[in-house]
Amino acid sequence: MTDVAAQSTNAASATPDTMAWDSRARRVMMIYLPLACFVLILLFPFYWMAITAFKPNAELLNFKQHNPFWISSPTLAHIKHLLFDTAYPTWLKTTMFVAIGSTFLSLFASTLAAYAIERLRFRGSPYVGLGIYLAYLVPPSILFIPLATVIVQFGLFDSPMALILVYPTFLVPFCTWLLIGYFKSIPYELEECALVDGATRLQILRRITLPLAVPGLISAGIFSFTLSWNEFIYALAFIQSGANKTVPVAILTELVTGDVYQWGALMAGSLLGSLPVALFYSLFVDYYVSSLTGAVKE
Amino acid sequence: MSVTTLPSRGVALRQSNWIARLFDYKPFLIVMCLAPAIGLLTVFLTYPLGLGVWLAFTDTTIGQRGIYIGLENFQYLLKDSLWWNAVFYSVFYTGIATIGKFALGFWLALLLNNHFPLKSLLRAIVLLPWIVPTVLSALAFWWIYDPQFSIISYLLVDVLHIRSTNIDFLGTPWPARFSLIAANIWRGIPFVAISLLAGLQTISPSLYEAAMLDGATAWQRFRYITLPMMMPILAIVMTFSIIFTFTDFQLVYAITRGGPVNSTHLLATLAFQRGIAGGELGEGAAIAVSMIPFLVFATLFSYFGLARRKWQQGEAND
Repeated sequence: MTDVAAQSTNAASATPDTMAWDSRARRVMMIYLPLACFVLILLFPFYWMAITAFKPNAELLNFKQHNPFWISSPTLAHIKHLLFDTAYPTWLKTTMFVAIGSTFLSLFASTLAAYAIERLRFRGSPYVGLGIYLAYLVPPSILFIPLATVIVQFGLFDSPMALILVYPTFLVPFCTWLLIGYFKSIPYELEECALVDGATRLQILRRITLPLAVPGLISAGIFSFTLSWNEFIYALAFIQSGANKTVPVAILTELVTGDVYQWGALMAGSLLGSLPVALFYSLFVDYYVSSLTGAVKE
Repeated sequence: MSVTTLPSRGVALRQSNWIARLFDYKPFLIVMCLAPAIGLLTVFLTYPLGLGVWLAFTDTTIGQRGIYIGLENFQYLLKDSLWWNAVFYSVFYTGIATIGKFALGFWLALLLNNHFPLKSLLRAIVLLPWIVPTVLSALAFWWIYDPQFSIISYLLVDVLHIRSTNIDFLGTPWPARFSLIAANIWRGIPFVAISLLAGLQTISPSLYEAAMLDGATAWQRFRYITLPMMMPILAIVMTFSIIFTFTDFQLVYAITRGGPVNSTHLLATLAFQRGIAGGELGEGAAIAVSMIPFLVFATLFSYFGLARRKWQQGEAND
């Protein structure tokens, strides 16, 4: 085996030109080609979603006369239908309200919790941290039935407030772990200096630790926003009236009507519903990547 | 002006001193800091978890308090072929999708670990399927799997002439099962790839250099350096992936709602159908509780992965 390899390298080094070409061709075959396939497959559904959203119905259902991969006469009819004939703007508003509300609630709770666990170090603080981590492993699918009864008891059924209060159950564990990691990276000496200078603990948190942890807070914030924007099962189970639905639930339950699916409107709705997170994402890509990988490494 | 403000400021200082001292009292501060997080998690996570287990032993329906009926719900489920179907498909779905996600995700991570132009842009694009709301991309897949106007059928029939008829993706059980798994793999690849890429970047290049000097082939470098070094992070990412694939709900609910003829029900969608849509809260809770043994198994898997990582790094357990 090694002999064969040695022979082939010998043969290649004899003619440098062929080796250079060989390695480039090899690189194309081994790296660029598979990468291109991955990108094509990962992006195709979005392309298909976008192109369907702007296609007139006549073209949409006629592959024989129109090339399905392109639009010959783009139209805004689907988007217009969505914005003016359905409650789509209300759904967007509700979703935005829920996502922002739950993000702030969980950021508040998890910043304090992470500070207490990481910096106020008390006996048992690792166990509290472990408990919060374990909470992350409890999936919504086993909680939504009992949670529905809890929500009804609280009189919050069919109210966006219910979602704002429930979403932190999966946001707080994630944010807390992210922020614990972040607080760890801030030198403790800074806080000691402030303590010696007579600052109170809360002053230290507000004036020293938090400003230094801003990148971590942004990561946790945009992540929470995305997760609550995308949440589905709780929103499906706890919200009944059309006006209070979030975008993912409303598209599936209000726009899918009858036997003939209006693919144009459905895809336009999906496109518009994905746009806010996609926009957010393009602005903060690095934060997403660091928080995703940071949370896994923790 | 400064003269008039001075005394009032002194009073304010003394008042805030009292509160400040309370907040500087460490036990009080710890309780105050942990209260919001622990409170939210207790009321909306721990309590419902316990309540769910209790509900599974009652015959509660929507609008009617149930009474304790022991194991009746579970005995009923054991005789229910739909539940067995859901168990089978949940395990099958998780198994195949996990293998697919990790094989393709690991491959993508290895590809992204090379140096080439526009790398960060590519990394950003790759994560997109994971960022977009699952239900919305699931709708796109539903449209791609349309029986009449599927773009895949169009490609295979009219462009490549491989088949003569359209594929019935979602109308018959087995194609529907595999279509859902494909959509799940599509959504799962980015998370796996980006997490594993982070792990790959922590492996020191000197290990590869040493191996290359010893004449190791590319496969040997992968098998004896990359794989063992990636084991800890692989175990964690896999645990998360298994837990959230096994309890998946959105994809199946959006695309097939458990059909055709209940062949694609996962335990979560079956629990929703019986518990919320059908109103049998007790039975739905029993189905949800029946997922717990699988989750415990996956968590133990994660624990041993973590323990192994600490041992490898020579750290004390803190």
